[in-house]
Amino acid sequence: MEEASVYIHSMIKRSTFKSGYLPYLLILPQILVTLTFFYWPALQGLSQSFFLSDPFGRSSKFVWFYNYIELFTDPLYLKSIVTTITFSIAVATVSITLGLFIATMANRALRATALVRTLLIWPYAVAPAISGILWLFLLHPSYGIVALTINNWFGTEWNPVLYGKDAMIMITMASSWKQISYNFVFFMAGLQAIPRSLIEAAAIDGASPFKRFWAITFPLLTPTFFFLSVMNIIYSFFETFGVIHTVTQGGPGGSTNILVYKVYQDGFVGLNLGSSAAQSVVLMSLIILITFLQFRYVEKKVQYTG
Amino acid sequence: MKLKHLVVIAVGICLALPAAVCAEPVTINWWHAMRSARGKVVDTMIKSFNDSQSEYVVVGTNKGNYDEVMNAGVAAFRAKKQPHILQVFEVGTQTMMQSGAIYPVHELMLKAGYDIDWSNYLQAVLSYYMDADGNLMSMPFNSSTPIMYYNVSMFEKAGIEPLSKTEAITWDKLGEITKKLVDAGIAPAGMVTAWQSWTQIENYSAIHNTPFASKANGYEGLDTELMINNPLVISHIERLKTWTEDKRFMYGGQKYQGPKAEFIAQNAAVYIDSVSGIAKLKKAVKDFKWDAAPLPVEASMKKPQNSIIGGASLWILNGHSEKEYKGVAAFLKFLSSNEMQSYWHKETGYFPITMNAYNDLKAKGYFKENPLQAVGIDQLNRAVPTKISRGLRLGYFVQIRNIINEELELVWNGKKTPKEALDNAVKRSNVQLRTFEKTYK
Repeated sequence: MEEASVYIHSMIKRSTFKSGYLPYLLILPQILVTLTFFYWPALQGLSQSFFLSDPFGRSSKFVWFYNYIELFTDPLYLKSIVTTITFSIAVATVSITLGLFIATMANRALRATALVRTLLIWPYAVAPAISGILWLFLLHPSYGIVALTINNWFGTEWNPVLYGKDAMIMITMASSWKQISYNFVFFMAGLQAIPRSLIEAAAIDGASPFKRFWAITFPLLTPTFFFLSVMNIIYSFFETFGVIHTVTQGGPGGSTNILVYKVYQDGFVGLNLGSSAAQSVVLMSLIILITFLQFRYVEKKVQYTG
Repeated sequence: MKLKHLVVIAVGICLALPAAVCAEPVTINWWHAMRSARGKVVDTMIKSFNDSQSEYVVVGTNKGNYDEVMNAGVAAFRAKKQPHILQVFEVGTQTMMQSGAIYPVHELMLKAGYDIDWSNYLQAVLSYYMDADGNLMSMPFNSSTPIMYYNVSMFEKAGIEPLSKTEAITWDKLGEITKKLVDAGIAPAGMVTAWQSWTQIENYSAIHNTPFASKANGYEGLDTELMINNPLVISHIERLKTWTEDKRFMYGGQKYQGPKAEFIAQNAAVYIDSVSGIAKLKKAVKDFKWDAAPLPVEASMKKPQNSIIGGASLWILNGHSEKEYKGVAAFLKFLSSNEMQSYWHKETGYFPITMNAYNDLKAKGYFKENPLQAVGIDQLNRAVPTKISRGLRLGYFVQIRNIINEELELVWNGKKTPKEALDNAVKRSNVQLRTFEKTYK
């Protein structure tokens, strides 16, 4: 293995630029875009977080870490961090597991495979807000068809408008639903890249389908798995905003108030720019930390080569 | 040939007459949050102003919902591209007043030479947008107030008399009525309420002349503190909590959609919401009779105060020329004419803001034909607003309403007692108020 890869590397031709400026010139547009649209706003946010300012920009007061102190002495903010992490783990687990399950099923030879696959990808095209509304129509205690049915038939007290746990389940379902399709596409691609000969050889050796999955398919899917876990966590931190906004608005009792929704509520609606900026910085740091941890510890277990 | 002559003549006239006649009309920009049906009504009002004179052209632009309009205004002001008129929801009032970005309406009208008799306006509406000295800061535009809707068919079935449209029933009486309805199995639940902070705490406090916050509800200083953990409000929330146990009260969500759905589906017999519910119910309810009554009051409150309003007002932003402000003033004057006010009221259900317009409608028999529309107005006009019932002036009011919503939900789902929840709501809101104060001091 080791020798082979050294051999391959030495075979790769390296092209070099004769002019010293050209490479920098070529990457300049990308750097400019990144600086303008990523670093500049991020720095603006960072500086804003040290100010208390009037939204119209007529007065601004430098207050050191006031906004951060206010945040971290607010027990509800700490609760919101816990809610966010719980929610993102739930969404990532549900959507990765189901995405993998459906991909494994769809990977088997079927009639109308192309059609089935296309249909399975569709939900990804649905905007999170729409997905939220659809789920609301199913699960709202007053007019949700499914909610009314289960409450009538099973005598349950499903009520996401009143109970935090029910609300959490509802937004997890709504957020996972469309992400399953995304995960499905990647798992599907990953599955198809696995040489059939490997699986067939194992089958001839008498390995059961389950054993084949665990011993061959799963390890070969780890790069996809890793990539998706990073993407799903980021998705649930940020893009689920639309679901929260349409379904629970952070309620009941703040039980679904995830960090990104609070940033919006305090900044965009409440116009407390300083606190909102400080929250954005915390959110940014948190996601950097999580991604770093994922790369540091989880990636070690990933097998990139066959 | 003929055309050329005409042009020559036109140019000649322009040169001969003062500039005003032929000058380009002055454009007045108005950013608002009125969409669909209401948007069309606003467009019609703008058009009739533009057709009525040639000096000014008002251009109305819908910038989305209230939050979006406010943000568009803020962003535009920072970029020095602000509109002349910005429609801002009532909870943004304090932010606008403190911003230093506004031209107070009372000054604007005075400078433009309009001597307006403000006492001719609906005081409960006007007072929400006045400063502590009674000067009008922004022009009320769309104003509503909560009233109580009830299912007449269910009341009849239970043998309950229909309610008066002017005399409020007591909360005890509402308790008896809902108990009767629920116990007899006529209604699955008694009452639901939309916008719980606005209807059950803000309006409840105003009607009972109980301060919502210190410093005259914030009118008299940024160092205001919330006072909703007083015995009266606590006992009201406690009552609602006990009502949840025997289904006399059902929680249907923070906004209006859930509670409205429960009322329409006849899951609840009584529904408290803004007067804008009239139009919605007229459209949606087909299979039962319903009516409206004033909000209930405590038996101890012999002379209930006015309820307070919700909605939005028009703020005039700084940074434009005198000439443009003249146009803005002319437009505001035009909007408050009887004709415009009755049109606005008839089409949208929002209150006419002048007594003139109200009396005019009354004289034409409008309220006889539409008795529902009088319920809210009478409730607003039944008393002279006091320092406590005139309105609320709080910084970060959006956040405070969120806090109240959260804490009340924790009462409804049994995680907190009413006292704990209201104490905590006060504590958390005061943190917001202090941050707001620090920003402007």
